[in-house]
Amino acid sequence: MQYFVNVTLTGLTEGMVYAAFALALVLIWRSTRIVNFAQGSMAAATTFIALALIQDGQSYWVALVVALVSGFVLGAVVERVVIRPVEGGPELNAVIVALGLFVAIQAAIAIVFGSSFQSFPTPFGLEGFQVGDDRIALTPTSLYVIGSVLLVMALLVVLFRFTRVGLAMRAAAFGQEVARLLGVKVGRMLTLGWALAAVVGSLAGLLIAGGEFVYPAYMDSLIVFGFVAAILGGLDSPVGAVVGGLLLGLALSYVSGYVERGSALVNVAALVILMVVLLVRPGGIFASSTARRA
Amino acid sequence: MSDLQGPTSVVAGAATDDPPTAATAAADAPSAAATGGRTLLPRSTLLRHLLLVVVGAVAAVVLLEVTDPFTNSQLATLSYYAIAAGGLTVLTGMNGQISLGHGALMAVGAYTTALFLSADEPLPLPVVLLASTVVAIAVGALVGVAAARLHGPYLAGATLALAVGLPGLAIYFNDWLGGDQGLRVRAPRAPEWFEAFIDAVSGNPATNTKWLAYVGAICLLVTWFVLANLVRSRIGRTWRAVRDQEVAAELAGIHLGAWRVLAFVVSAAAAGLAGGVLALVVRLAAPSGFTLVLSLSLLTAIVIGGLGSLLGALLGSALLVFLPPFVTDLGSGWGLDSTEAAQLAPFVYGVVLVLAMIFAPAGLVGTLRMRWLAHRATRAARSTPG
Repeated sequence: MQYFVNVTLTGLTEGMVYAAFALALVLIWRSTRIVNFAQGSMAAATTFIALALIQDGQSYWVALVVALVSGFVLGAVVERVVIRPVEGGPELNAVIVALGLFVAIQAAIAIVFGSSFQSFPTPFGLEGFQVGDDRIALTPTSLYVIGSVLLVMALLVVLFRFTRVGLAMRAAAFGQEVARLLGVKVGRMLTLGWALAAVVGSLAGLLIAGGEFVYPAYMDSLIVFGFVAAILGGLDSPVGAVVGGLLLGLALSYVSGYVERGSALVNVAALVILMVVLLVRPGGIFASSTARRA
Repeated sequence: MSDLQGPTSVVAGAATDDPPTAATAAADAPSAAATGGRTLLPRSTLLRHLLLVVVGAVAAVVLLEVTDPFTNSQLATLSYYAIAAGGLTVLTGMNGQISLGHGALMAVGAYTTALFLSADEPLPLPVVLLASTVVAIAVGALVGVAAARLHGPYLAGATLALAVGLPGLAIYFNDWLGGDQGLRVRAPRAPEWFEAFIDAVSGNPATNTKWLAYVGAICLLVTWFVLANLVRSRIGRTWRAVRDQEVAAELAGIHLGAWRVLAFVVSAAAAGLAGGVLALVVRLAAPSGFTLVLSLSLLTAIVIGGLGSLLGALLGSALLVFLPPFVTDLGSGWGLDSTEAAQLAPFVYGVVLVLAMIFAPAGLVGTLRMRWLAHRATRAARSTPG
């Protein structure tokens, strides 16, 4: 029973990170109909910037803020310079551009920061809380992870529901022509959307790195997990992405915890889940049966 | 999907030559014989391709005999990249399906070859390579059935998950597939008739490296002969119909799903054979050899060459082989250490993918072909006024 609780808690914590990453993918998909496969590399880049600052003697929090700000800038620059020319074109072109960015940024990280494994610090402890006589798998760090993802989600809800900018961004995503006629600067809103998504992605990258080792390709599995989580939720719904992320985190944690040598099978399990969802409910688990994707 | 791909008119009056999308122009330009242009090649597609195979075989022998052993092994590498890229260009260029999972399918072929060759009495090499192809076909059919229902980013994500997930199986079954270390491959020795052949042609020493380079070249020619014929046949035309106009194709009685699965199977077969050749050339089948970067390199090769063009795939593969040493040297010259310099090649791939899609989505061959068609159309319009 205690083992089950621990596996579940681990799953929920990792699920929160997948949820944040999926949320970043969904934000971009809603505004530009592009799946940003470069998200993982972009997040890895900002994580390495933070790591460089920390190794230089700065505090974790300074590094965190700098990383998030550089994520914002990176997202905006990528949208404005590289993505804008292929927006609205054949969908394959946008996919290929995103993949090109993915490889280029990952290689650039290896050139600038080196490709060795480096440990990334976490501001809180990694030792589980004491409950009665047992230590459970809930650590101060996992509380920090869950708390910061929840905070970011709340901020996004406030932004989209209660501010003029949020309304303009929703309008630009809903109907570009109409929004433009009503005076919304659609291009600027798309850039802002990418920048915000990159911030959320960067946060996910920093959180998953905490207390672990980072190397240029450490986000490769996370981009797959984020994509699977987003598909689970339907790729179009932020709430779906969060639920999908949590479900995926739990499922993968059970595979790794209960199957013998299951940690080698986590990526395969994600592949199987993705295939089943795409074949059985391509619109995600929340899709109504009538709303079929063309 | 297809309503975004408005026809890009090259020049008024050349309507029949208009490619439906600029990105796949390389695949759609009719061959010289089909347009009735002046040509010295035979009119029959089969004969023309057989002639090209003979020319290719002679060129391969000359190339392999005048170059040094190191270039021979580079050419062997080129052959497996070109086999896999040929299959991928048929899938992406002709049928409009993207796959980031071809590295994983190559892994299937490579592991099959490694397992078959580790037997005490290994089967003959052609049988082993055929077995690798068949196993990759089986896996490809499985993936293809799922992929047939997906498009664009969904398909890219699903095959991405395949590329990241499948090598995990090699680690899980580590007793059988060797885990992280992978399987060593015992490449078979060159047969006697090969030594006699090399002795007669050039008198060079018939080393094992040379033998494997010839195996690669033979596999490449066979694969491309099959692919080139498929592309110019009813099957190729049906694939293009499925790619460009789903609704019209379905109205014409084409079963979209079945044809997509077929395209995936054909391209998986090429990937499996490429994996088999890779295992022979590298003498190792290990998860580290089939990373996501391999799949993305293949994608780079076909995008640079021009989607759907076999010639473009060859040029792109040549770039994959000859560019890394060049940029690595360049990087060392700039004061980077060896591991950093080794990352310059993937960096260039990525930048090239982005630039190619923004500035020349038709790739090298496609852009040249469109120029040529436009040029011919203007000339035709000028010579026959009205």
